Amino acid sequence: MNLHEYQAKELFARHGLPVLPGQVATTPEEARNIATSLGDTVVLKAQVLVGGRGKAGGVKLARGAEEAYHAARAILGLKIQDLPVRKVLVARAAEIARELYLSIVLDRAAQLPLVMLSAEGGVEIEEVARVSPEKIVRRHVSLDGLRPYQARSLFRPLLADGSQVSQAADILLRLWAVFRDGDCTLAEINPLAVTPEGKLVALDAKVTLDDNAEFRHRDWNLWRDPEDETPGARLARERGLSYVKLDGDIGCVVNGAGLAMATMDLVKHYGGEPANFLDIGGSSSPDKVTAALKIITSDSRVRVILFNIFGGITRCDDVARGIVQSLEQSPLAVPLVIRLTGTNEDLARKILAERGLSATTSMDEGVRAAIAKAQEVFA
Amino acid sequence: MSILIDKGTRLLVQGITGRDGGFHTRQMLDYGTKVVAGVTPGRGGEKIHGVPVFDSVAEAMAATRANTSMIVVPAPFAADAIFEAADAGVGLIVCITEGIPVRDALAVVHDIAALRKSPDSGRPARGRPRLIGPNCPGLISPGLSKVGILPGQICKPGSVGVVSRSGTLTYEVVHQLSQSGLGQSTCLGVGGDPVIGTTFVDTLALFEDDSETDAIVLIGEIGGTDEEEAAQFIKRRVRKPVVAFIAGQTAPPGKRMGHAGAIVAGGTGQASEKIAAFRAVGVPVARVPSEIPGLVGELLERRRGRRASARPKSRHAGRSLAASRPARAAGPKRTTAKRGTAARRGGRRTATRRSSR
Repeated sequence: MNLHEYQAKELFARHGLPVLPGQVATTPEEARNIATSLGDTVVLKAQVLVGGRGKAGGVKLARGAEEAYHAARAILGLKIQDLPVRKVLVARAAEIARELYLSIVLDRAAQLPLVMLSAEGGVEIEEVARVSPEKIVRRHVSLDGLRPYQARSLFRPLLADGSQVSQAADILLRLWAVFRDGDCTLAEINPLAVTPEGKLVALDAKVTLDDNAEFRHRDWNLWRDPEDETPGARLARERGLSYVKLDGDIGCVVNGAGLAMATMDLVKHYGGEPANFLDIGGSSSPDKVTAALKIITSDSRVRVILFNIFGGITRCDDVARGIVQSLEQSPLAVPLVIRLTGTNEDLARKILAERGLSATTSMDEGVRAAIAKAQEVFA
Repeated sequence: MSILIDKGTRLLVQGITGRDGGFHTRQMLDYGTKVVAGVTPGRGGEKIHGVPVFDSVAEAMAATRANTSMIVVPAPFAADAIFEAADAGVGLIVCITEGIPVRDALAVVHDIAALRKSPDSGRPARGRPRLIGPNCPGLISPGLSKVGILPGQICKPGSVGVVSRSGTLTYEVVHQLSQSGLGQSTCLGVGGDPVIGTTFVDTLALFEDDSETDAIVLIGEIGGTDEEEAAQFIKRRVRKPVVAFIAGQTAPPGKRMGHAGAIVAGGTGQASEKIAAFRAVGVPVARVPSEIPGLVGELLERRRGRRASARPKSRHAGRSLAASRPARAAGPKRTTAKRGTAARRGGRRTATRRSSR
């Protein structure tokens, strides 16, 4: 799960990281009130979970409450990369003398956390990483974490001032605590600003949480905004299905993530476009199949639905029952192509045949049939 | 020979009293796996499908001389179960459980790596444990033993080693191989998580050193760089033919595709890079799963032809294709497999590198 900036800053503040005071607003009026209480110049930042907010006009400075009201109105009307902006963070603005970059990320290849820092932080950090990777310092961290002297030595080449080195080291150690105790796979501060007075402050915050660790963080649920999810995605999460919407017209229901990806690829290979990734999981009950059909049919672009089931732990008859059960509840408006192989395949075929449905055994055949059906619908 | 598990495998199941634990214990017993013990704290003294249940792994080990453990406990307890198995001296630990936090997986993987380096470092364990998974389907040596949840009926004894990050996609490929007459030495799922105990590279080394594996199928997917590392390793060290397949070519960046590890992040982990990495070292990459059997058959044919003409006295010479290979139980190696050696040997590379060209 990715956190919004305002949520990540809450998490940072809890760990004693220096962030500037601010609050999130959903209306221009709220933004005006927050700006009034903050006094000074404020910065308003669109809270959407995509990059490039500044370039899209989602970040504005405002002097005073009235300016904040108008800035919030402009930002709350925006769509950034197709996402409507529903929240805006209103925070005290800071003067910036320098912008650094600091992050901790899981390095999968090394199986260790990796600290990355750079003297050239700010919006162009990806460009810096591409053009002059030597300007980004990388240092793996043992699972026991960093010692203060190690943190200081990382920053000493970047910061001339001793007090700033101490502040930065303290920030890194606290960011480590956020990363480890918070079960993050990414904790990033960009920019880590140095003010003209020589104070370091986290002006932005980006955090990715490890979804698998949710069982030991009850508060994470409060961060999940139902409106950030499409109805399909929400239903999928609630029923324990993995679902990713794509742009095509061939809906796919598959058991297992690898097979689901391979099915999408095969659709593309034979000239079709997959509408989604959907993994109904290992031990799938008829109910999961019903939920899967509901999710897929909520996408109006879908012209055909393809089941690709390799029965192992998943029993083909369970899937067949789920299909029959959903058809009884609500008939499908689009054709259905079914591929079944493996555990209890014969029983599944019998269940389907009673409803006048048939199933192929080959994945290639199933995919090709689905593409043909989609084209028929199109014609 | 297979890798890691064979007739000498003596399995204990951690989480045997759970729904999945009981179900798969039954399946494994039916396949012929020697399931000698189960462990569930607080349930010692019970029996599941005739298998005695113990309160701790140490007790189970003392009573049954198990050498392999399969873990099917819920995710919050899985890391502890792995630690317990490693500390009790289990040689091969196969963690099926999905949903283990990365922080826990890191702790476990580093602990096991430390034990492998210095097994006698004051710890109770004396073995060199190997961890497979987490979030994996386990492994099967067709006709010999199955540790995990792979459906046994789709496999066929033979000489193709299969290694994969996936579950059902592996079954799909294995099924197609079997249908084409290409049996398998061992099929192993390394797991779909970003942090796993045994990687493609580890498994490739084992297959390369296994005298009864003649070709290797590697099934990768988007996310991470394990496939790129595997390609480099193949170039350096693998003489046996390898065929690869990469799932997720149509996956959008930044989205997790089911597996915790299947995500293209920050520009790395793309299918196209992985495919290019394999092709650059001469490993053919199947465009679709159904191409895999054909590619494997071709490479085996070429390899056998070459070997037969170059080394007519070789013990492999003239051996027929995997398709018509006699049942492996009849082979001399089967019966001489020492009890538990495969699992105990763990990751130590066998010293006998055969010149296999």
